[in-house]
Amino acid sequence: MSHRAEPVGGPILTRPFKVLFAVLATGLLLTAWRFVSGLGPTTGMNDGYAWGIWIAYDVVTGTALACGGYAVALLCYVLNQGKYHPMVRPAVLTSALGYTLAGVSIVIDVGRYWNLWKVPLLWNWNRNSILLEVAICVMSYIFVLWLELSPAILEGFERDNRYPLLRKVSMKIHPWVNRAMLWILALGILLPTMHHSSLGALMLITAGKLHPLWHTPLLPLLFLGSCLFMGYAVVVFEGELSSEVFRRPRETRMLVSLSWVMVDVLFAFLALRLGDLALRGRLGLLLNFDFHTFFFLLEMALFLTPALLMMKRERRYDPGIQFVCAIMMICAGMLYRFDVYLIQFDPGPGWSYFPSIPEMFITFGLVALEIMVYIFIVKRFPILAGIAPAPSEPSLGPAGVPAAGR
Amino acid sequence: MSVTRRSLLKGLVAAGAAATVGTPVAFAATRERKKAPPDAVGMLYDATRCIGCKACVVACKEANGLSPDPGPYPGGLYDAPIDLSANTKNVIKLYREGDRISYMKAQCMHCVDPACASVCMISALHKGERGIVEYDPDKCVGCRYCQVACPFNIPKYQWNAAFPKIVKCELCRHLQAQGKTPACCEVCPRQAVVFGKYDALLSDARGRLAREPGRYYPEIYGEKEIGGTQVLYLSAAGIPFGKLGLPALGDKPVPEFTESLQHAIYQGFVAPVVLYSALGLVMYRNRRKRPAGEEGEG
Repeated sequence: MSHRAEPVGGPILTRPFKVLFAVLATGLLLTAWRFVSGLGPTTGMNDGYAWGIWIAYDVVTGTALACGGYAVALLCYVLNQGKYHPMVRPAVLTSALGYTLAGVSIVIDVGRYWNLWKVPLLWNWNRNSILLEVAICVMSYIFVLWLELSPAILEGFERDNRYPLLRKVSMKIHPWVNRAMLWILALGILLPTMHHSSLGALMLITAGKLHPLWHTPLLPLLFLGSCLFMGYAVVVFEGELSSEVFRRPRETRMLVSLSWVMVDVLFAFLALRLGDLALRGRLGLLLNFDFHTFFFLLEMALFLTPALLMMKRERRYDPGIQFVCAIMMICAGMLYRFDVYLIQFDPGPGWSYFPSIPEMFITFGLVALEIMVYIFIVKRFPILAGIAPAPSEPSLGPAGVPAAGR
Repeated sequence: MSVTRRSLLKGLVAAGAAATVGTPVAFAATRERKKAPPDAVGMLYDATRCIGCKACVVACKEANGLSPDPGPYPGGLYDAPIDLSANTKNVIKLYREGDRISYMKAQCMHCVDPACASVCMISALHKGERGIVEYDPDKCVGCRYCQVACPFNIPKYQWNAAFPKIVKCELCRHLQAQGKTPACCEVCPRQAVVFGKYDALLSDARGRLAREPGRYYPEIYGEKEIGGTQVLYLSAAGIPFGKLGLPALGDKPVPEFTESLQHAIYQGFVAPVVLYSALGLVMYRNRRKRPAGEEGEG
């Protein structure tokens, strides 16, 4: 089952693309307003809830949704499951876009963005700061992801006869990139492992503010675990969606083997989550049957349902069930992160937060931009697996790792 | 070939082993408790002496060039802040229950081991001279993690500014540089709040408790709380600090656990380097092992 990655082709400026552009334009206008007027008039944030959806969604959840590249790379290159290869390029592309836009929303979110350049300077570092570690890792990982994707882009230029200079340069660089790729990929696994656990560790310091059902020393581990199954779920979601939208071959079989890995990760996550609460005697808090209990049980339901659904072998082969399970896992992970960063975070009496309309539309604009760039790249560059050609000359795997028999 | 449970299990076992090896390291790296520097300064607020005249609020605004804050009263006729804000570094609040009342002064606590300074990426907030928690806007990116981390919700942000800063009490260090005392302590007609050396204030507070045990709630807030705060509080008998809005936080410094964890994992950057090399090796081996044509083009 060899599928060579091919550009999808076709026109870029379709009607949905224009709609997305309108959303993006709205977001851009509102962003301009934010930079002129400050965060107060434009967002729902305040001194109690100093972080809103731009952090909770765009950064903390967005980078987890962009973990497809991490999850698939882990499986493909570390656990040596070569057959997931066709899923690597689309996953890495989504990751690169997700992380880049998380970076953009950080620039929109921070108040004194003109000082950001001082953060990477080694002599300025406060080594105690977990946020510093996240910042450095995310910055580096954005760069690493685009490097991981670069073989696809270079390949695209090489096949394109319209720009001879670009073609020549690409052919020059390509072997170098391939030679370094193994070490780039290893970085591509190390960095998310570091910063996703740190995204959980960021909230360790809020012991008095984050509800005890969510505040635990295991936050780093739970965030790492949840980004893994969110990453896998996004790969499934994206695979199903793009096979539908771009009429690509379905990767059902491959997704099936992925799904049971997810079952294990989900159960491990649940065992950690509940075991930790039980050991530290906090399960009793659930008996209050309040707001917190509701959200906790909602989370559990979203985690458990897909895990139980996918335990049965024949169900895993049903693309419909796969799709639904992926959506539930994505929702579960998103809710968990929103809970930790916003919903179960209580800075004290008198404070409340709900995102303002402009705040939400700036986020929508960034999501629209992400989808637009995705559509553009898959249509023009070899990302998605095409229809299988006859097995031909040995060539490079989708993310540039020399494939078979070297 | 598919991912077998065994191959995954092997991976998990390896990860588990790594974590087990890592744990003792984490404990070994637990950091030492910080102490206030020998020349540390601070404030002592005695709620039983305060008459709620708010002269300190006005003096603070004047000394720090802060705009009036009309609070909840529309029209902006009064400077009537009800809490700390970007325009108010110091505020007097009232606690009332039945006919018992007490005033409460809120401002930065100048923690001995502050969470804000621990989390700040490039130390815009840091422990400065004499233990004052200082703010350097040139290093601040405005990420507001200090606001999320501070257990007292002290740092405030200029939400309505295009070029905002973090605002919080810095013990009038600009006045101290001229040999003066912080404005709030200078102006207080009842010496309800006094400025001085941290050690002296602490023994002063202990003395007051010993001399008039009937007058005071029998503890000093800030003596032990989260590793000590350089602003100390005395409250009236029968009014525990929680009623004044001072949270029960325990003795452990807020950053103790997070910093220990961070140091354990990233000490000398060894763990990341080891993990990176291991990943590289495994991937290198996998690439060689992969049988020809298995995934073909991929």
